[in-house]
Amino acid sequence: MTEPTVRLVNISKSFGEVKSLENVNFEVYPGEVVGLLGDNGAGKSTLIKIITGYHQPDPGGEIYFHGKKVENLTVPKARALGVETVYQEKALADDQSVWRNIFMGREIANRLGFLDIKQMRAVTQRLMTEHMGFTSKAVNPDTPVRTMSGGERQGIAITRALYFEAELIILDEPTMALSLSETRKVLDFIANIPKAGKAGIFIDHNIFHVYPVVDRIVVLDRGRVAGEFRKADVSLEELIDRLYQVARTGRLEAARGGKA
Amino acid sequence: MTAERVSTVAKPGRSPFTLWLRTHALQIGITIVAIGIWAIFAIGSPQTFFRGNIYQAFMSTTPFFGIMALWLTLVVITGEIDLSFPSIMTISMWVFATVMMATGNLAVALVLMLLMGLSAGMLNGIIITKVGVPSLVVTIGTSFFWRGMVKVLTGGTGTSLLPTRDTIFYELFVGRLFGFIPMQMVWMALFAILCWVLLNRHRLGAHIYLTGDNADSARLMGVDVDRTKIIVFGLAGFSAAFAGLVASLEVTYYWPTLGEGYLLNTLSSVFLGGTSVFGGTGTIYGTFVASFIIGAINAGIVAIGMSGFWTELIYGLIIVLSVVTQTIVGRRIK
Repeated sequence: MTEPTVRLVNISKSFGEVKSLENVNFEVYPGEVVGLLGDNGAGKSTLIKIITGYHQPDPGGEIYFHGKKVENLTVPKARALGVETVYQEKALADDQSVWRNIFMGREIANRLGFLDIKQMRAVTQRLMTEHMGFTSKAVNPDTPVRTMSGGERQGIAITRALYFEAELIILDEPTMALSLSETRKVLDFIANIPKAGKAGIFIDHNIFHVYPVVDRIVVLDRGRVAGEFRKADVSLEELIDRLYQVARTGRLEAARGGKA
Repeated sequence: MTAERVSTVAKPGRSPFTLWLRTHALQIGITIVAIGIWAIFAIGSPQTFFRGNIYQAFMSTTPFFGIMALWLTLVVITGEIDLSFPSIMTISMWVFATVMMATGNLAVALVLMLLMGLSAGMLNGIIITKVGVPSLVVTIGTSFFWRGMVKVLTGGTGTSLLPTRDTIFYELFVGRLFGFIPMQMVWMALFAILCWVLLNRHRLGAHIYLTGDNADSARLMGVDVDRTKIIVFGLAGFSAAFAGLVASLEVTYYWPTLGEGYLLNTLSSVFLGGTSVFGGTGTIYGTFVASFIIGAINAGIVAIGMSGFWTELIYGLIIVLSVVTQTIVGRRIK
């Protein structure tokens, strides 16, 4: 049996007095997209920031990549393991050029740390014409991203996640502030993740965006996994019913007693 | 944000040349200001400004704060501020004077002095990043601490640096290259090149810009923001020690009050040069030119026959007008 791309065992995370996550178990397999649902403050962002190495879990939690346990996960370590993330807040530096944003935190440099700007510009130029749909000469790799539209900026954040041979692509509310057609593009992209044999985690408030493109759904509530099920086992209407149930009771069990 | 806008449509005013103008607007602006001020002085006093002596004077005194302004630019681009460098100057130079008197070895004194500056700077950076105290507050505190330390250690008495006179050491830092160019100017030029390369062609510089532009994004994408800040504060401390050395050697005397009077000159060089106090943008070229504007005003005002009492008023006028223009132009091009 294939090992999960990433597996979290018994993960808790506290910020001072606040328990953001409690004993969470979670895994994603190659070739599947998992939808992560839950209310504000359910712990979705904390969970993915543990996978990306931004937060370290409380002692006792374990993280495995492809079956191998990883200690002291950091952002550079996670990126080296193939975790790429499109953050809700896009994680762009507005006054910097496109190429500096594309290569943020993983600049191409020699052993002394001197940058290979020529190559980074060339790669950025190629990505812009091939993947981001910039054909105009007026927008080039040196353009500051502040001058671009919301869709263009999201394009940079997504392209940045794709270019680097990602094994696991995490999308944290990627459709925020996007137009309808831009949202369509993002959803198409997510639907294609399994076809490439890669794994994905998709977080969104909008259940109508999540349901069509995911294989499995995990529901978080107040820091715990309230339940999970395969999409094949539940219709969209049922799912919505159960989410209301979770919001009221913190449990996923449907009123009629069927366990997911 | 217009959702309808299609990315492939060429937007007006985005040709490569206008893009270059936009991204270099501040550098072009400061160059024009510098030329304008020079022209006023040259017309007002051609007998002074068409001879070499005045430029030798500029090159002799500007590096005392210009060297620090260059490295301070890196600090400000990360979105932080350092007010403690004048005090780091004097505590480091106290180390130099003391070691020199005790051992007579100038090389050892130099190394320990630079280490003192580097550590004092890194201490700022560590308190700011690891404890989370804002840099404005931390560096006010360390500023008092180091200057107070010097007062206690020296009791207010200085040290003559006569033992350095007629040594290669002296010639190396404050001698006259070809009998004309002050060596401190050569050092400032070298530091300017080094700072430019670090900032624009090195990973450290990339992380400096990213840290100041959006520290949260930088962290999310794996930039070690804390380390970047500690390094730039360390470099600022190092350069303060170096500047303290050249300023003291020039007068062959270590005054415990060393550094007093440099704070505002240095800061205004950075901000007049177009570096944003909010971080994320700024250039070494801007700071370099601006420090000579600051350095030239004093001598220039006297040379064109105005009273020296005008100096600060004109400083203030130029600085306020320049930063107001920068902000308006900056908003326009965004």
